Amino acid sequence: MSLAALPAAFVTAAEGTEEVQGIDLIIPAPYDIFWSAVVLLIIAIAFYKYALPTFTRILDERTAKIEGGLEKAELAQAEAAAARDEYQAQLQEARTEAARIREEARGEGSQIVAEARTKASEEAARITETAHRQIEAERQQAAVQLKQDVGTLATELASKIVGEALEDEVRQSRVVDRFLDELAANTATTADAGKGN
Amino acid sequence: MPTTTRAAVHHDHQELALSSLAMIAPFATHEGESGGFHAPSITDFFPPPVLFEGTLFEINRIELVRFLVAIALVVVMVVAARRATLVPGRFQNVIELLLDFVRVNVAEEILGKDRARKYVPLLTTLFFAILAFNITGIIPGINIAGTALIGLPVVLALWVYVMYLGAGVKAHGVGGFLKASLFPPGVPAFMYVLLTPIEFLTVFVIRPATLAIRLMANMVAGHLMLVLCFSATQYFIFEAAPAMKAFGALTFTAGLAMTLFEAFVAALQAYIFVVLTAVYISLSVEEEH
Repeated sequence: MSLAALPAAFVTAAEGTEEVQGIDLIIPAPYDIFWSAVVLLIIAIAFYKYALPTFTRILDERTAKIEGGLEKAELAQAEAAAARDEYQAQLQEARTEAARIREEARGEGSQIVAEARTKASEEAARITETAHRQIEAERQQAAVQLKQDVGTLATELASKIVGEALEDEVRQSRVVDRFLDELAANTATTADAGKGN
Repeated sequence: MPTTTRAAVHHDHQELALSSLAMIAPFATHEGESGGFHAPSITDFFPPPVLFEGTLFEINRIELVRFLVAIALVVVMVVAARRATLVPGRFQNVIELLLDFVRVNVAEEILGKDRARKYVPLLTTLFFAILAFNITGIIPGINIAGTALIGLPVVLALWVYVMYLGAGVKAHGVGGFLKASLFPPGVPAFMYVLLTPIEFLTVFVIRPATLAIRLMANMVAGHLMLVLCFSATQYFIFEAAPAMKAFGALTFTAGLAMTLFEAFVAALQAYIFVVLTAVYISLSVEEEH
């Protein structure tokens, strides 16, 4: 059954079928074409000139914005990575620096210890020297004291042995001196013999 | 009840069943019972003129419906475009959903991303316009699709006709396009005796004619079904014998279902129209068929 026959079936069923024929459904009237063209033209102009370009622009802008946002995020990520690297480099540098300073400090410390040690040993040497000198001085003083004491002791002893013979001041002194010289000579030989040993 | 009327109704019944409008059949048989039943007819599509009768500028109810639709559509789109922002609101989202649907699901899918760009405005305008004109068929108070009168489908089809022929000529030149369309390659030479007339008819007559008639026939059929359902409901409830009133509920339910179905058909026909448009353009610009 053709398409034209379809409306024809209704035509017979219809009550007022005066001049309307089934074929009229697919044969457009001139005014029908005219007004259809007019309304379509209005719609097409509104769509082509305004609505569609606007929406295209909005969509493109949105796409650009999203892409921009993604780019920005990537950039931020790269920046963060760079900052992290820099931070790590700085940290590494700081660690090296710290190690270097520690090393230096250790070196300085040991130098200070060495210096202190040298100074201490010098001081010790000096103290020893002083002590030696003092001992020498005391020994000499003791020797002088001993000489006097021995002299007195010997004179007393001799006077007791010799009696008054030595009462005379001059003689006494002479005898004592001679005795001491002999003693000194004896001591010197003994000391030389000791040193020679 | 005269038997002649009954016979005529029976005749109609068969015709209708053949027209695959079987839904109508059970109700149509009741038509002859009383004169109160107003059957739908094609006179619905030729309402009396309102202005400029008999001239090129004749305006009837359907033309008024078209003006209304055109104004509404233009206002909606212009307002949507004017208010359009980077971050869409609810209204803009709906509009963009439809725009994206045509751009992605029709244009880019059929024509490919590169070629689609050029034809997206055409396809979008067609889809929105046809959808708007179709949907008036179920809007209370209007109750007739702007595309139910053949003029508008014909103008739409002519537009598409010009666009796909133009696209073919632009892609291959007049000779190249005719050769590609009428003498499909890879066929033995003697077959062209058969093929070329068929191809000629297809490209130059059948494609635009079917575009227009398919759209119009769907809208006409939808309108007739709705009128039938609701006028039958009216008849059963207010005029028929009390025993028949229950049928009113049945026809009313059928009318409700048909209304929903027509909403679907309105969108479907708009979709089919733009898909076929895209396919025809694609066939025209393609290197080989």
